[in-house]
Amino acid sequence: MRTVRTEQITENIREMCIEANHFLTGDMTEALDRAGESEKSPLGKQILQQLQENLQIAGEDMIPICQDTGMAVVFVEIGQDVHIEGGLLEDAIQEGVRRGYTEGFLRKSVVKDPLIRENTKDNTPAVIHYTITAGDKLRLTLAPKGFGSENMSRIFMLKPADGIEGVKNAILTAVKDAGPNACPPMVVGVGIGGTFEKCALMAKQALTRPVNEHSSIPYVKEMEEELLERINKTGIGPGGLGGSTTALAVNINTFPTHIAGLPVAVNICCHVNRHAVREI
Amino acid sequence: MMERYMTVPFGEKEATGLKSGDYVYLTGTIYTARDAAHKRMYEALQKGEELPFDLKDNLIYYMGPSPAREGRPIGSAGPTTASRMDKYAPALLDLGLRGMIGKGKRSDAVKEAIVRNKAVYFAAVGGAGALLSKSILHSEVIAYDDLGTEAIRKLEVKDFPVIVVIDPEGNNLYETAIAAYREE
Repeated sequence: MRTVRTEQITENIREMCIEANHFLTGDMTEALDRAGESEKSPLGKQILQQLQENLQIAGEDMIPICQDTGMAVVFVEIGQDVHIEGGLLEDAIQEGVRRGYTEGFLRKSVVKDPLIRENTKDNTPAVIHYTITAGDKLRLTLAPKGFGSENMSRIFMLKPADGIEGVKNAILTAVKDAGPNACPPMVVGVGIGGTFEKCALMAKQALTRPVNEHSSIPYVKEMEEELLERINKTGIGPGGLGGSTTALAVNINTFPTHIAGLPVAVNICCHVNRHAVREI
Repeated sequence: MMERYMTVPFGEKEATGLKSGDYVYLTGTIYTARDAAHKRMYEALQKGEELPFDLKDNLIYYMGPSPAREGRPIGSAGPTTASRMDKYAPALLDLGLRGMIGKGKRSDAVKEAIVRNKAVYFAAVGGAGALLSKSILHSEVIAYDDLGTEAIRKLEVKDFPVIVVIDPEGNNLYETAIAAYREE
């Protein structure tokens, strides 16, 4: 049994909120660099250059990459040999988000009730997903999710007879409907299989996979490659103003499902596909 | 694609010179409002009350900034999705609003109101909030302070970069430019 103090979790979450909102991971900046070189539209190229400049200013001047610093989504993988001391894990995470968003000059975008809509003024609560894993480490992934792209995300409860073509069409439909609204070039996170909620969660998790890594399942990898190519032929382009860079990656996760079902969730993220990962 | 420099506010004559696809640098005064502020303005109009600022020839920027660090006028300040304001935009355009800055598609009703009023819909680059903040020299909350990031702000901007998406004739860059690069 290894002991982890909640204070340490709070401090890590605080730092991760600030880090994720000012710096993209290396795989994302490389993907944007490559897009800048391959983009066919002059205006698209200019927009991609602005995004590069934006990232540079964000990091140097500590101005968030995007004003929508998101609703914080936290994936917590708890090794079953970890013992947490110093209070509730949930409270420690929420306190980290509270401090990160307040002390880091991040926007408070969360309302207390979906219909009454009063701002909580500290960006809490975060949405937290817990998994129990092997080992004695605590792995935290913090992904602030902006809602321009979140609003364009979809879930399709397809029939088994719809097959792989049905799945591809569903993904393309979601991307085309999102168009300029989702701040392209986007990253497309997809969940296939499971149940209604498992499928949506897989789509969200898929967004945290590096954009230069494919699925380890050969047919899924092929589907990721084919869909990326087809999405980049839609013409939507950077900023939705036309071009050959509509998506930087399609990341697909799959899970066993029921004999009667074929759920497909498409979680779209803008080019500010942010996350920070730490192991304690 | 034509590059232009314009001062804001501007009138009908200047608006009609704009074409879908023009790259424009705006200098002058613009106002921010997004979801909650639009709802309040709309309710104020229904009650026959005055709006917090004169719409005539002005531009509304659909934006809610992140908080400013010390010594800076504003935090990150990029556009939010415009379609959420589609419900309210035609009424504001009919009252003299010259245009809007946002990102993303608009409804047919908004496009018709743009044409009817010789107005314009500009896009700023979504997700470039740090860069765009550099073109904002001054920011002041002028109404609905309690809404936090959603309060109405008066911004002084210099060479603020935008692209004409829907021009006063109703041409829509999202439709034409995407079709031009479609290879399906």
